[in-house]
Amino acid sequence: MNNFSNRKYIIGGIFILVVLIFIIRLFNLQIIDDTYKLSAENNSQRQVTQYPARGLIYDRNGKLLVYNQAAYDLMLIPKQLDVFDTTDFCQLLGIEKLELIKGIAKAKRYSYRKASIFLKQLSSERYAVLQEKLYKYPGFFVQTRTLRKYPLNSAAHALGYLREVTNQEINSDPYFRQGDYIGKSGIERMYEKELRGEKGVKIYWVDVFNRIKGSFRDGKFDKQAVSGKNLHSSLDIDLQQYGELLMQNKKGGIVAIEPQTGEILAKISSPGYDPEMFVGRAMNKNYQMMVQNDSLKPLFDRTMLALYPPGSIFKLVNGLVALQEGVISPSTRFECQHGYHAGNFTMKCHAHSSPLDLRQAVQQSCNAYFANVFRYTLESPKFGSVQNGYTKWRQHVISFGFGDKLGVDIQNEKSGSIPTNEYYQNKYRTNWRALNAISLAIGQGELQITPMQMANMVAAIANKGYYYIPHIVKGVGEDNYLDNKYLEKHYTTVDSSHFTPIIDGMEMVVSGGAGSTGTLAAVKDIRVCGKTGTVQNSDEADHSVFVAFAPRENPKIAIVVYVENGVWGGRYGAPISGLMIEKYLKGEIAESKKWIEKRMLEADLINQVAAPSPGVVE
Amino acid sequence: MTRKVNLLKNLDWWTIFLYVLLVFLGWINIYAAVYNEEHQSIFDISQRYGKQLMWIGAAFFLAMVILLIEGKFFSAFAYPTYLLMIFLLIAVLIFGREVNGARSWFEIGGIRLQPAEFAKFATCLAISRYISQFNFKIHKFKSLFISGVILFTPAVLIILQRDAGSALVYIVFILVLYREGLSGVALFVGVLAAVLFIITLLMPELYVLLIILAFAFISLKFIGTRWKQVGIGVTAILIGFALVWGVVQVMELKLSAYTILNLSIALNFIPFLYYIYKERLKHAIWVLLIAVGSLFFTFSVSYLFENILESHQQERINDLLGIESDPSGAGYNVAQSKIAIGSGGFAGKGFLNGTQTKFKFVPEQSTDFIFCTVGEEWGFVGSTAVLIFLMSLIIRLLFLAERQRSPFSRIYGYGVACILFFHLAINVGMTIGLAPVIGIPLPFFSYGGSSLWAFTILLFVFLRLDANRLELLR
Repeated sequence: MNNFSNRKYIIGGIFILVVLIFIIRLFNLQIIDDTYKLSAENNSQRQVTQYPARGLIYDRNGKLLVYNQAAYDLMLIPKQLDVFDTTDFCQLLGIEKLELIKGIAKAKRYSYRKASIFLKQLSSERYAVLQEKLYKYPGFFVQTRTLRKYPLNSAAHALGYLREVTNQEINSDPYFRQGDYIGKSGIERMYEKELRGEKGVKIYWVDVFNRIKGSFRDGKFDKQAVSGKNLHSSLDIDLQQYGELLMQNKKGGIVAIEPQTGEILAKISSPGYDPEMFVGRAMNKNYQMMVQNDSLKPLFDRTMLALYPPGSIFKLVNGLVALQEGVISPSTRFECQHGYHAGNFTMKCHAHSSPLDLRQAVQQSCNAYFANVFRYTLESPKFGSVQNGYTKWRQHVISFGFGDKLGVDIQNEKSGSIPTNEYYQNKYRTNWRALNAISLAIGQGELQITPMQMANMVAAIANKGYYYIPHIVKGVGEDNYLDNKYLEKHYTTVDSSHFTPIIDGMEMVVSGGAGSTGTLAAVKDIRVCGKTGTVQNSDEADHSVFVAFAPRENPKIAIVVYVENGVWGGRYGAPISGLMIEKYLKGEIAESKKWIEKRMLEADLINQVAAPSPGVVE
Repeated sequence: MTRKVNLLKNLDWWTIFLYVLLVFLGWINIYAAVYNEEHQSIFDISQRYGKQLMWIGAAFFLAMVILLIEGKFFSAFAYPTYLLMIFLLIAVLIFGREVNGARSWFEIGGIRLQPAEFAKFATCLAISRYISQFNFKIHKFKSLFISGVILFTPAVLIILQRDAGSALVYIVFILVLYREGLSGVALFVGVLAAVLFIITLLMPELYVLLIILAFAFISLKFIGTRWKQVGIGVTAILIGFALVWGVVQVMELKLSAYTILNLSIALNFIPFLYYIYKERLKHAIWVLLIAVGSLFFTFSVSYLFENILESHQQERINDLLGIESDPSGAGYNVAQSKIAIGSGGFAGKGFLNGTQTKFKFVPEQSTDFIFCTVGEEWGFVGSTAVLIFLMSLIIRLLFLAERQRSPFSRIYGYGVACILFFHLAINVGMTIGLAPVIGIPLPFFSYGGSSLWAFTILLFVFLRLDANRLELLR
């Protein structure tokens, strides 16, 4: 039949030959070659994660704000557990036997073969003693981690804190393992990826006594950890600490920005907390305490989450918009008969001479003047209707960074709001009148603005018409990298030529002689420009607001101080602004102003002990 | 009734026993590979072992259905099945779902099917049908050409799905053709091609060229050419080299020694032909043609490698050949796989005790690298046993194939045995570092419904044919 029948031997031979080669190879791999094999008692390997050092954080002058300290986690692999002296072990760790039993049960629940944390963050003393005796307790080993250390106990809101990752975060980012830490707020959160670096792994052979027998395959499969990038914050920590001191026992916030760059020099939310409280084993306890038991909400960042009406500081923007639209000129004068009167409507004003021009109106914060300015703007015939006028006005206002998130490099930021035309149409009627929104003229009513946005507004005024998005990081890593969005100028819709009269008025607020509302902000030899604000509060004392920048030529600092229940702008806002400016520009407070400093430090608004009035007329 | 009794009596129970044994061992090892404490029920279908159990059940059912089909059916429907399969391979290119960069899956109601797995069966049927035809003559160009078309069409379609591994399987049909009378030269050419392929990638091109030349001249001597004639050939090449080199120097061209040597060979080609004709050196013409053919082959390998292969395929081949060894990169899989198998020792670490497998050092643990689990947990004893079981099955199939009276059944049987062998050789070879990392499953072992079903169909169709063997009179 088939001529080629004999070829079955060749084909079968090839098959058998290949399998024989495989068997010889297996014999070689599994029995002869020791590099792939371990002796019977030496049969377990351990992967030890190498935790990278998290990046350090410095202030703008190179002062260290955050560094790392070593911590030791005691890990457990339930599979490797053996009988051991529990009494001795508990003594070594300073724990109860019940805790030990619970801990082992918990680790078993997590995984029988994988390591999990048995005891977090041993002190280095305890670690030293334990390390000696660890061989007696198979299944346990120590993993080194780093914790944050805050040498200056300052700027907690800005720096943020680290927290153990949640299961949800582990599931969404494969980088994380149980027990890892992640930045939860502030810089730590925003720059998490840059700061954290990259984990490495070292693989060891360990024997049944859990002693390391050496590197696995000469470290061929090890991976070095890559340290996180260091980062320079734009904060001036001296200024920051001084601000925190001034704000003690007061509720409110301070934001100081360098107008030429948008860098945040100081960012104080008061009352704050000590960042050290969020490190180590006490963290959870402290956190619970602050969230549940502290009515002053120290975790609440008042500089970016608190929405306030701006008060009279908003008159600056109203003046600028009116100048841009040409509805007034700097020399336009308006009458003020102790307030603004229109039909049945009256908006009160304090006693001052009349009529005033724009500069004087800013200096003396005349309500009637700005009520007129606002009405003239909205009712200007060139818009055709109040509604169109308002829409145009709102566009100008928004160009100062209001009504939306600025994009600060700190995650938690509120957008605030500037009401829309539709809002008033719903509230009143389709063709509502300028008087319906007249409280916007003096920064009251429906406006919601964060202190960060107020500071940004001052920076824009100081720059005569543009700002950079405020940011708290100056640069990341060795090449000082910074996101391009922080290097871009944002122009307001008001031309730079219109700023001069407003700035003139602001300078007069501080040093214009009679009628000035913010004289306590004055600094010797420096031309400070400012504006007071007093925000009406229905059931509590009014809020005290002050915005300022200095020096007038080539501004170095723009600042807002917002003190809740501070009664009026000149009382706390102005003096604190003046002290901050002096501290930043001169480094120290002149002797002649020590009395103001002392008064501010002693004022305690939280326990309702108001400082005596400095006796200056607003 | 009588037919059924006959069927049971004539079924080859040895094969069925080995099949069930291998499927069972495979499942045990999948269980070990994906085992974790949290999911301990073997029926947990969220886990791979649970799913595999379902697929095994379905495979047994399929096997029974196949045994109930009349044996003649398979031969009669060989071509329609093949055409349907080609159609599916085209369809998957258009409608398929992409998994790991390969567009080779159909997804129907949560179940993913891979037509490439079933294409092996259809092709095996079709080629058996074609070769067993009365007018098939192995030495006729037309017969070989059509065989080639039958084999290469699915292979090309599978390459287009970016699943080069599954396409390579069709190479193994050369053994089937060989059994049916293909000249041994074809096998020789095949082996030569493999050797050239490897040295082309391993060595600088100039060395490859020199080796080919050296072999050519040595084999000239072996086939009875006189020293003087060989000497003339060598001298001619050298003179050609010197001439071209001189010209290159004069014209200040920048050409490598490799290019110059090639030019010299090209110059000498016609003179050699003339010389061979003049001296009546009948055998030397073959040597010359093989040498020149080899040269072209090495050119095309270089070209293919640099320009056609995907970079990860290049890396894997490079790694296998020991080029650019990088245990944490492309060689990682193989290095980890060897460690896992090597650490098993003589008797293994025991069921569920493999550390390498547990800590997920080896990727694709339950699919392509399932043999690692065998090696680690069952040691040399277990892995050799598995190899011997698989080998016994394959040799048993050869034996069964040889006892067929119908050429169709015989050829089909050879096809099944060769396909199983190729999978065994490549899959196990790659886990122990003897074959490139080509993702093809270990028959009956690897996790995956498509491959298990495809192998089951392949095998049981043959068993059905075998049960019918006595119907055809010699």
